Amino acid sequence: MSWQNLVFYVLGAVGLIIFLSLTVMVLTWIERKFLARIQQRMGPMRVGPHGLLQPIADVIKLISKEDILPSWADKPIYWIAPLAIFVPAIAIWVTIPFSETLVLQNLDLGLFYIAAISVLSVLGLVMAGWGSANKYSMLGGLRAVGQLISYEIPFIMAILGVAMLSQSLSLIDIINDQSKIANIIVQPIGFLIFLAAGLAELGRTPFDIHHAESEVVGGPFVEYSGAHWAIIQLAEYVNTFAIAALIAVMFLGGWSWPSMPFSGIPHHLLSVIWFLIKIYAVILLIFWIRGTYPRLRIDQLMSFGWKVLVPVSFINIVFTGFVRFYNLHWSILTVLSLITIGSIFYLIYKTPQQSRGENSIRIVPSKEAASRPPENYGDVNVR
Amino acid sequence: MEINKNVNESGSMVDMLINMGPQHPSTHGVFRLVLQLDGELIVDAEPHIGYLHRGSEKLCEAESYSQVVTLFDRLDYVANLNGELAFCMAAEKLLELEIPDRAWYIRTILCELNRIASHMLFYGVYGLDAGAMTPVLYGFRERERIQSLFEQVTGARMMHNYIRIGGVKEDLPSGFENKLYSVIDELDAAIEECDELLTQNEAFLARTKNVSRLPIEDAVNFGVTGPILRSTGLIEDVRISEPYGIYDRFDFGIPIGNTGDCWDRYYVRMQEMRESLSIIKQAMKQIEPGEIQAKMRRIVRPPEGECFVRTESPRGDLGVFLVSDGSQNPYRVKVRAPSFANLQAIKHMLEGVYVADAVVILGSLDIVLGEVDR
Repeated sequence: MSWQNLVFYVLGAVGLIIFLSLTVMVLTWIERKFLARIQQRMGPMRVGPHGLLQPIADVIKLISKEDILPSWADKPIYWIAPLAIFVPAIAIWVTIPFSETLVLQNLDLGLFYIAAISVLSVLGLVMAGWGSANKYSMLGGLRAVGQLISYEIPFIMAILGVAMLSQSLSLIDIINDQSKIANIIVQPIGFLIFLAAGLAELGRTPFDIHHAESEVVGGPFVEYSGAHWAIIQLAEYVNTFAIAALIAVMFLGGWSWPSMPFSGIPHHLLSVIWFLIKIYAVILLIFWIRGTYPRLRIDQLMSFGWKVLVPVSFINIVFTGFVRFYNLHWSILTVLSLITIGSIFYLIYKTPQQSRGENSIRIVPSKEAASRPPENYGDVNVR
Repeated sequence: MEINKNVNESGSMVDMLINMGPQHPSTHGVFRLVLQLDGELIVDAEPHIGYLHRGSEKLCEAESYSQVVTLFDRLDYVANLNGELAFCMAAEKLLELEIPDRAWYIRTILCELNRIASHMLFYGVYGLDAGAMTPVLYGFRERERIQSLFEQVTGARMMHNYIRIGGVKEDLPSGFENKLYSVIDELDAAIEECDELLTQNEAFLARTKNVSRLPIEDAVNFGVTGPILRSTGLIEDVRISEPYGIYDRFDFGIPIGNTGDCWDRYYVRMQEMRESLSIIKQAMKQIEPGEIQAKMRRIVRPPEGECFVRTESPRGDLGVFLVSDGSQNPYRVKVRAPSFANLQAIKHMLEGVYVADAVVILGSLDIVLGEVDR
């Protein structure tokens, strides 16, 4: 490796980290403002116009706060855990391209690399859960593992479906393959599975089970404060951004326009902007889900993962293979996928409603209730 | 590392004990629940109360009758007026007072408004317990409307001291009717909105339907009252079975569930808000100008004797047992707090459910610790 290469990589890595940190600051602001709109409040308004400087104030506050070490904590594990969460989150970004040339290192096995690295951050969660010597952290860390085994298979299967379509694991190839028609239209099942599995991977509503505030009080991060907590939070948002970017790359066609009007430098610039717009659209979708949905229970997530996502992702792969093997037109895959989605939603909707009943509440008029004779329940006579 | 000290004699690990509360975010105050966990499953649960014990019942014995009302404000601090009403009714029963109609209408309107405010708070925090962060802001917004209305009438947002022995403190302010009607319109729309946001949400249904079903027999034996009892399918409401005040003049419905699961408890309350609104509308039609205070001596000195009064507070059957020795101060005040009785069932409900369900079940009981501990 020549020294020019080395300088390029170092500068690239530094630039990437700076870019991601700035993005996270923007994301925190957007999330707060967007949730505030959903919840009919203002969000941050005090620091700067419309709270624009709020992320900077937050960073200063977090860095200047005391790092508290619980006296029973397993010190090395406790201190390393934030890094174990942070490093994989950044490492994913090595191979995510912003335009045809703007990428730190395009890997031929890019998707494989991402699938492998993204799992690692769960290790950090378990370490944080164990190292904190806190029972809530422990529960949260174990929940994260339980979550992992149920979403990881559909996650990888959805990736596989995309790889089968474009016959490549390189992200740039995948985007170029979608220059005419985006994968979300060809393979809507894959998109939905990846979105659901991605939300579970991020630990975002409705799958924010491992740091469920009302149950395990923040899960593995209960005991963290100050800069370490900031690092964990940074990693969470970088991961959110990464999943959104992956969705944009794999299903929304990355930087490909429906038709590209420019060439040369404006083309590249607009490509990057177009790509970022797609990413932020996905991110707003994720925030929107957060604003509307309650949280599922861990066993419900697991049964959802194993009983719905895994079989459906296999169906997706079978259909994709079928269409590719016989070299059929892509629209056949779309139709097959839509039929599958429709029947699955029908099945999901049908079964619970039969057991749950439409509405179990009836309203008894007061006059009728007043004239009822007493009844005997348990040991007591009740009117 | 000594996370788990629960090792049995042979040295293998047994269940983990975990303290939920008194500083847990979803125990609705300072309630402590010691959970014995086998993984995520609850093997045993031990509720501990008393962190908010202020000795209210004993304090009542050192205050004069009119001062005791302020203590009842602070029992159920989410539905203050309903607490005031219960004590005033007890004192009036001892005094054998005739309360003017207008005072009763004002009391009923305000108490039903307070029921809606309390249920709105329940709606919000229940969403939060289930993991949705938006309902709490919607619920609080509606509660705020009612509280600003209370502020105009009583002068205080929470600790009103408005319902007095023999009537109410002051007449309704001018322009109250218009404000009330606009609030009613807003609430009508808001209840629909809240309903749409949470009630039929698939994830919410998954979390609450068929969770901790309570049979009628168990509910009755535990002394559970209020919306939780009604959600099991029993038609029991003090406003109907022992109508007090002017409740027999209204036509309203009682929402009755049939399974007694968490969703039923939730939805009974949502429907109760609609019924309360209908009571308020009827009361506003019937109310007429008149006296707001009964003719009585300024210093309340009930004759020697005792009485027990039941009212329907938002949480259930709120009873007050009052003993008078003929002096200025009550001899003994015993509060039959609905939250306290409802909380008895928690140990029974929590056996064999998941930790996540514990939060939802506790939330569905809608306890107020001020009333539990007194």
